[in-house]
Amino acid sequence: MRPTPALAVALAAMMLVSMTIGAASVDLVHAFGDPRTMLVLLESRLPRTLAVALTGAALAVAGVLIQALVRNRFVGPDTAGTAEGAALGLLAITILWPASPLWLRMVAASVSAMATTALFIAIIRRLPVREVMLVPIAGLVLSGVLGSVVTFIGWQTDLMQYIGTWLFSGEFSGVISGRYELLWIAGGAAVLAWFAADRFAIIGLGDQVATGLGLGTRAVLRLGLAVVAVVTAMVVTTVGMIPFVGLVVPNIVARIMGDNLRRTLPVVALSGAVLVMACDLAGRLVIHPYEVPAGLILGGVGSVLFLWLLYRRPRHG
Amino acid sequence: MIRIDGVSHRIGKAPILHDITTHLPEGRLTALIGPNGAGKSTLLRLIGRLEPLQQGRVSVAGRDIAATPTEDLARVMAILGQQTSIASRLRLSELVGFGRWPHHRGRPTAHDHARVAEALEAFALTPMADRFLDEVSGGQAQRAHIAMAFAQDTDWLLLDEPLNNLDMAHARALMGRLRDLVDRQGRSVGLVVHEINYAAAWADHVIAMKDGRIVAEGSANEVLTEDVLSDLYDAPIAVASHQGRPLVLHHV
Repeated sequence: MRPTPALAVALAAMMLVSMTIGAASVDLVHAFGDPRTMLVLLESRLPRTLAVALTGAALAVAGVLIQALVRNRFVGPDTAGTAEGAALGLLAITILWPASPLWLRMVAASVSAMATTALFIAIIRRLPVREVMLVPIAGLVLSGVLGSVVTFIGWQTDLMQYIGTWLFSGEFSGVISGRYELLWIAGGAAVLAWFAADRFAIIGLGDQVATGLGLGTRAVLRLGLAVVAVVTAMVVTTVGMIPFVGLVVPNIVARIMGDNLRRTLPVVALSGAVLVMACDLAGRLVIHPYEVPAGLILGGVGSVLFLWLLYRRPRHG
Repeated sequence: MIRIDGVSHRIGKAPILHDITTHLPEGRLTALIGPNGAGKSTLLRLIGRLEPLQQGRVSVAGRDIAATPTEDLARVMAILGQQTSIASRLRLSELVGFGRWPHHRGRPTAHDHARVAEALEAFALTPMADRFLDEVSGGQAQRAHIAMAFAQDTDWLLLDEPLNNLDMAHARALMGRLRDLVDRQGRSVGLVVHEINYAAAWADHVIAMKDGRIVAEGSANEVLTEDVLSDLYDAPIAVASHQGRPLVLHHV
C-alpha cells in the first residue's frame, strides 16, 4: 500500500471522528438543519480538528528541516532551543510592550526562536562531527538553560501562567474559532519548505557536496531556520509546545522511505498530523467527557517510539 | 585552463600554501601528487571554492571563482571532496540524480534522467541503484559520489583522492573512464592521487607538491623521475619503465 493515500484516508477518518467527539453530542448527518449543532461544529470542533492537523504536520516538517540542517537525527524543534526561544521573545514583548498587537508578538516570537536556533547550530558546528550524541545533548542543555532563563523572568514578573501554556503540556481544548488561525501560518511555512525540498536534501549531504552543486548554503540555512522558527513560534503561542512529533516522525519516515525530501515531506506532514490527531483523540476519550492534554499523551507515546528508534538503528546517527 | 595565481593559504596560524602560481592545462588529465600535508587537497578545494580564498586568484575557464556566482561555477566544474560519512539516507539513484541539480534546479527533464542512468551504468551501480547509501559498502558509496560528479557533466572535473576505498579493478576502471572523458569528450580532469603509479600510467600532466610549494610540474616522464620522487618523499625511490611510461617501485 502506498503511504500517502493510506495516511490521507486515515487522517480524514480521524478528523471526522474528531468532529463528533466532545461534551456536546452532535449528529453530523442532520447538522445542516440544526443551528446549534452547526455552531458547535464551526466554532469549536472544526477549528480544533484543523488546529491538531496543522500542528502535527507543521511540527513534523520542522523536525525534518532541523535534522537536515544539523545533520543529526536525534534533534527536533523541541530539543534545539527553538520553543524556549519563542517563549523568550513572547515574554520580552509582553513585558516591554504589554499592549502590543498580535502580529508584533508573533514576529517577536519568531525572530527570537530563529536567534536561539541559530545559536544552537553555531554551537554544534564546533562539536566533533563523529560524536553523534553530543548534538542532542547540546540541544537539551541549551533548551534547559534558555528554559530556566524564561522561568526566572516569568517568576520575577508574575507571568508564570503564560509560560505554562507556552512550554508545558501543549493541548487543544482551548481552541475555538478565532483562536487558532495563526497555525495556518505554520502550515504555510511547511508548504514553503516543500518547494525548497531539494535544497534541504542537498544541504543534508554536507556543505562540501552542496557547494559543489552550486547551492548557496547560507541562504538555505536561513530559509530552514526561518521555517523552523515560524512553525515553532506559532505552535507555542496558540496551543503550547507539543513534544516528540518533530523528533520521531522524521525518523520513522526516513527509515522507511529515505531522505529524498521532495518525496518524503508530504508523508512526513501527513504522519505528523495523524500522530497528533491520534493522541488528541485518545486524550479526549480516556476520561470522557473530560480531557487529558494531547501533549501529555504524546510525551508517553513519543518517548516509547524514540527509545525503540534508538535501539533499532545502532549503526548510524 | 585553470589558472592559479599567487595563492597562499593558512589554517589558523599554520601556513598550508606558499604563493602558488601554476595552471591545470585544458583537455588534459592532471594529477597532483606529494607527501601527506603537502597542500594538494587544500589547493584542489580552493579551486573548487569549497574553501574561501584568502590570498591570490583562481580562474576556471576564464571565470574568476571569487567573482562568479557559485551556481554558474557548478555548470563549469564538478568537484568531489574527500568523503565524510553522511547520515543522509538517499538511494544511490537519488544521490547521483542530485548531480544534475545545477542544470535543472528541481525540474529534471528526460535528458537529466538519461544522464543519471548513464552515470549509474558507467560506475557499475545500476543493480544497486535503489539501495540506500547506508546499506552499501564504502567503495560502492565512493563510486556513487564519483558518479554524481560525473553526472554533473561539466567541462572540468576535480576529484580529491577518488581512489580511496576502491579495489584494484574499480580504481583502474575509474582511471580509464577519466582518460576516456579527456580523450573522447575533450573534458579536463584534475585529481589528487596518493598511489603514484596511477599518475604514472594515466596522467598527462603531473604537479608535485611538498610543504605547500610546487616542487616540479610537467609530463609524467618529466616529473616522475628518481631524483624528483626521492626528494619529494624524502626516501630513495627507484623508477623503472613500463610500456613507455614510468613505473615507480616505491614499495620495495
